[in-house]
Formats: sequence, C-alpha cells, structure tokens
Amino acid sequence: MSSDLHHSIPAGLGSEVFDQTEVKVSRCYQCGKCSAGCPLSEEMDYPPSLVMRMLQTGNKEMEEKVLRSFSIWVCLTCEMCFARCPMSIDIPKMMDFLREKALKERKSNPKAKEIVAFHKSFLDSIRYTGRLYEIGLFADYKSRTLKILDDLALAPKMLKRGKLNIFPELIHDRSGIASIFRKTVKKNLK
Amino acid sequence: MTLGFYPGCSLKGSSREYAESVLAVAKTLDIAIQEISDWNCCGATAAHNLNRELSLALPARILALAEKQGLTEIVVPCAACYSRLTVTRHELLKDPALKARISEINNMEFKGNVTMLNIIQMIDKYVTPVLESRVIKPFDHKVACYYGCYLVRPHEILNFDREEDPQTMDELMLKIGAKPIDWAYKTECCGAGLSVSRTSSVGRLSGKIIGDAKDRGAEAMIVACPMCHSNLDMRRDSINSYLGEKVDIPVLYITQAIGLAVGIDRKSLGLQRHFVKVTV
Repeated sequence: MSSDLHHSIPAGLGSEVFDQTEVKVSRCYQCGKCSAGCPLSEEMDYPPSLVMRMLQTGNKEMEEKVLRSFSIWVCLTCEMCFARCPMSIDIPKMMDFLREKALKERKSNPKAKEIVAFHKSFLDSIRYTGRLYEIGLFADYKSRTLKILDDLALAPKMLKRGKLNIFPELIHDRSGIASIFRKTVKKNLK
Repeated sequence: MTLGFYPGCSLKGSSREYAESVLAVAKTLDIAIQEISDWNCCGATAAHNLNRELSLALPARILALAEKQGLTEIVVPCAACYSRLTVTRHELLKDPALKARISEINNMEFKGNVTMLNIIQMIDKYVTPVLESRVIKPFDHKVACYYGCYLVRPHEILNFDREEDPQTMDELMLKIGAKPIDWAYKTECCGAGLSVSRTSSVGRLSGKIIGDAKDRGAEAMIVACPMCHSNLDMRRDSINSYLGEKVDIPVLYITQAIGLAVGIDRKSLGLQRHFVKVTV
C-alpha cells in the first residue's frame, strides 16, 4: 500500500507549501523530534512540530498565525530537524518559503525586526558592490534598527586585528549584480 | 590541473586569517590554487531567507564564472558558501526549467560541470597524501573538532560524512599528532546568522558548545567555518557571561592547526588576529 494514501494535503497554505517546495506537511505524524532537536525551539512561539500541525489543519486562522510567527524568523536553518525527521520532511526548505511569503505580505513578526533588518542590510550591501562590505552592513543595520550602541566595542577590536576593511571590495561586473537583483527582488526590500 | 578557489566575503574581511592559512598551507605543500576572478557574494543566509530566486542566482553566477575560466574543481573553505554553492548546483541540475530561468536571470549560462570541495575534502585529496611526511612539529593537544551545520547537513545533498557524528576532521587531526576528544556538540548550531541581530541566542548556543568542550578537557577548538569561528572566538564575552566563568580555550581553523604542524610561522597563519589568545 502506498504510504502516501493517508496523506492528503489540505487546501490553503499547506498546499501552497507543497506547490512551491514539494514539502508535504501532511506526512508529519507529530513525533516531535524536530522540536526536541531544534536549538531555537525554546525561543520560538510555536516549535517546528507545532508549525507542522497548524498547517495540517488547513485552518485560515492557524495559517495566519504561522505567517506572523516569530518561529519562522528565529529558525537558523541549521537543518537538524530535517536530519532527524523520520519522514524526511524538509522543514528548513518550508521555513524559507514561509519567510519569503511573510515578507511579501508584510506579515513579519515585530519581534523579528532586527533579524529581518540584518538580512536586508546584508543584501543591500552586496547589491551595490557585489561583495559583503562589513562596515557598510553594520552602519545600514544600525540605521534600520537604531541599535546604535550594540557591538560598538567590537569594531575597533576588529580593526586592530585587521578583520575589517575600511573600503568595500568592488567587483567589476556590478551592473550584472544589479540586474540580478532587479530581476529577482522585484520590489525593493526596504 | 589548477584547483579553483572561492574565498567568499568573510575570508576577505573578518576571517582573513582563514584565507591566509589556506593559502599558506597550499603554498608550503605545492598545491596550485587560482582564485575565481570577479566572484560575487553567495548571498549567504540573507538571500535564502528572503528570496529563493536570488539565493540560487548568486551562487549560479559564481559557478558560471568558474566554468568560463576553465576550472573544473573549486575549493570553498567557508562552510556556509560551500553549502549554498552545493545546494544551488543540486537544485539547478535536477530542474532544467529552473536552471534555464536562473541562467537567464544571470545572463550567464550555468552548465553544472564544476564540482565543489569543502576544506576537509580538499585537505583529504591534496594534503593528506604528503601530510605525514611533512609534519615537523606535531600538534600535540587535546582538540574538540567542531563541524557545525553547513559542512554536514543536509546529508541528502552534500553527501559528506555523518550528519551528527562526523569523523573526517578528527581523522585529519590524528594525522598531525593531535588527540581529538569524544564530545556531544560536534554538529550543534553556534547561532550563525543571528550573531549581530540576536547576540544573546549566540551566547547561549555557542556557550553550550564551548562549555562541553571545556568539561571534556579540550585545549583547542578546531573549526572549518568562518561563522563558527567568529561566534566561538569574537563572541567569547557573551559565551563567558552565559557560562558564568571565563573560558579561554582558543579556536583554530583546521588549516591553522595543520600549518603549525608543518612548521609555518604563526604570523603567516594569522594567529595574532584572534580575539581569544592562541596559546597552543
């Protein structure tokens, strides 16, 4: 008997996850190994196995809670959940999809403001130079979050050890990189 | 044949000692290495968290450049870059439509005929055959080999070592005279991408790693990833405040430990750049 006979995919976000990532939330039987092994589950509003369950219900309210959750942003994609899942469910791949969707729909959790700001500052840095410019990243991140004092002591220590470049490394084909950003990140991530 | 080299952004900045030690070891052991010219950032965690197409396009451009420059094999010392490049190659090769779409976005054809080596695979292939005869100063210390996440997971795609109790780095350390310890946090996450935006989480996660290594008597941590290194080394204050004690076990890149064993001077290996003083 095909094991997939019992795994119907509910309509809604679960089926969108399947269409975009081939991840079947219905395969999860709630063993909880992902949540037990997740290094961040204690900081999450819903641990990974609960996210799976919420998506299995096909309930709109639950799906909305998932998209607006802090869990999807504090997930580090360390892949431990996927490694331990007895049903080989690629939870990290699903998390990537959920983050992108939450961002597009402007639903990212307010508690994740700094995490999202860091990612945006990172991408902004490479959009213009082709490579990461760490001082630019710090400055942009601070302007987005107003966390002016954080890590202030770190920069001089890094400079002293030759770990920070004063000037960015510019690649030649910057127009090529700019074009990649235009075609993928259609809307500005700001 | 020349081995291609993708350093990635960290190795040009906050982890330049990793690049220095890779190149110093290669030079000492006569391994020809050629940096891919005009390479771009792989997009790292930020790209795959925010935009899937971008997260595939950036690594695909790097691979297409390597192909155009006639390289067939590249070493990617940063575990995170290695993971992004390998995952991208895998995703594009199994889906021709996606491959065509990404090539079009990049305006550069990706064929998929360049293979990636992580630093351990590179050492295994090019350094190990000559290593034992070149060791002049055995690295006689108890070491905790810390693999982190991106070298070993997802196993389905990377197909490298065991995903929770890997051995390859431990075996290499034995070859230079070190004594790898058996410990529990070999592949637990250090907090990676949250280093700046959620430093407290990194203090907790990296704190558990350093704490276990210390409890089991490690004299040095050995790593193969710039993010693992910066969290375990530069974030030591956060780690120590999580642990409630001052732990001063140094963190060395695998190429620094090998470099010391084959007699390369400490400065060429960039040991003076670390936050936690390298006393071994």
